[in-house]
This record gives sequence, C-alpha cells and structure tokens, in this order.
Amino acid sequence: MDKNKYIEDLKDIKQMMNRSSKFISLSGMSGIAAGILALVGAYLAFQTIYADQNYLVYRQASLSSENLLNLLIIALMTLILSIGSGIFFTTRKAKKNKQKLWDSQTKNLLINLFIPLATGGILCFILLLKGFIGIIAPLTLIFYGLALVNASKYTLQEIRSLGLIEIILGLLGIYFIGYGLILWAIGFGILHIVYGIIMHLRYGS
Amino acid sequence: MKDILKNLNKAFENKVRLGIMSALLVNDHLDFNTLKDLLGVTDGNLASHLKSLEKSGYIKFSKEFIGRKPNTKYSACEEGKLAFSKHIKAIEQLLQ
Repeated sequence: MDKNKYIEDLKDIKQMMNRSSKFISLSGMSGIAAGILALVGAYLAFQTIYADQNYLVYRQASLSSENLLNLLIIALMTLILSIGSGIFFTTRKAKKNKQKLWDSQTKNLLINLFIPLATGGILCFILLLKGFIGIIAPLTLIFYGLALVNASKYTLQEIRSLGLIEIILGLLGIYFIGYGLILWAIGFGILHIVYGIIMHLRYGS
Repeated sequence: MKDILKNLNKAFENKVRLGIMSALLVNDHLDFNTLKDLLGVTDGNLASHLKSLEKSGYIKFSKEFIGRKPNTKYSACEEGKLAFSKHIKAIEQLLQ
C-alpha cells in the first residue's frame, strides 16, 4: 500500500478544485500598491477639504465647486491608478504561475465584485452632487466591503474577512461622521497594505 | 480495512481522471478546452479519459455550437459525484 501516492492524490484533488473554481492569481503586491495610493489620495483630499483653515478653531469641511472638482479628480486618479496596479501585478503573477488570466473564474469574480461596487459608486456620485459629502467616505467603505464579501467565494478566502472589516469601518464612519476620511484612510490604505502583506507571504506574488 | 479498499475506485486511480472529476465536482460544467488548460494534457489523452469516465456513467456531455464552432460541455452525473465522494472518503480513511 503506497501511502504517499494517496497523500499526493488528495493534494491534487484539493488543488484542482481550487484552481478550477477560484481566481487565485490575486497578488498581494496589488493590495500593498492600492493601499499606498489610497493613503496618498486621502492625504490630498484632506488638504483640499480642510484647506486654508485655522487649526485652532473647529474645522469645518468646506466644498466650493472648485474644491469639488479637485476632489473628484483626486478620487478618479486614485481609482484608476489602483485598478491599473492591480491589473499589472495580477497579470504578472498569472504569467509567472502559467495560469490563464481571463477565464470563467475571473468573469465570475468581476461580475460579483462590480454589482455592489457600481451601485455604491453611482449612489456616492449622486450624494456628492446633492451636497451630502460627510457620508460619502464611509459609504464607499460599506459598498466596497459588500462587494468584497460578495466576490469572495470566487477567490482567496481572506477577501471575505477584509470585506467584513471594511463594512464595520464604514458603519463606524457613518456614526462618527467627522472621522469619515480617517476611517477611509484606515480601510482603503492601511488594511490593504496589511492584507497585501499577509497574502504576499501566504501565496507569493 | 477491506471495506475501505472496496470503496477505492479503480476509475479514479489515474491522475487525469482524478483531475477531471475534481474539477467537475466544483463546477456545474466545463468545456473541453478549459479542462485541457486546467490539466495540461493533449487533446487525445483528455478525450480518451473523458470517454472512459463517460462509459462508467460518471460524467455526461452536451454539444452545442458557438457560432460555427462546436463546443462540448462536460458535467458530472449524480452517480459520478457519489462515487468520487466515496473515493475521497476512502483515501482519507486509509490515511488515518
């Protein structure tokens, strides 16, 4: 009786089940890059919103139409650069492991990610136009978290807990409205970096 | 011990067949080329193993056309799922 053969078989079965049903090329490096970009974006947004204000008095978020435009540009740049770096590192990892990047798993992952994400994006844009700026930062956290939880069954399991933490941070941000941007920086910046490092150590990149 | 050995299925001893069943157990259906990419085998090799699994009644296929190209979708039958689960359980028991 060859025990090693059966241990090998079990390993093969598990690996094949994972590889055929999940998107496993997700790179930890893309998380780290997105986190750093988010911190830069949050810093710039902070400068824009609280510009020219005396630090000794209570700070009030002020948005002129010029600031609003700047803020939109910062948000868009952060988004585009994050997605770009995500695609770059993930493509690199897939190539390195000789895996196909675009298959039914990738499609499943993206569709399930983008339904909550696009809903949240459109909602935040509407709120921005109506002037409800305070709840936008926490709302992006909530919808991003929901998107991650929704997509997590098609990729590495860590994504689910990342999503749950983002949702909690978002809810905290809605309650403690003045801390929205700081919580946003924690959720999109620091958490991404932490999770990126964990995934990089566990799965390589 | 004898019972365990009886549950080990000869049909799944081969690596390619083991791979096919593993992939089909967690996917509703997969087409020929996806299976080929997943397993990294040649057309002929994959076809012969698919045929033998189909003969055993463990998998089924359906043919359709995407444009003019024929596309064969494979899926696991209930019987195949059951047999494969039994096989995995037997291996696990054997290793305990």
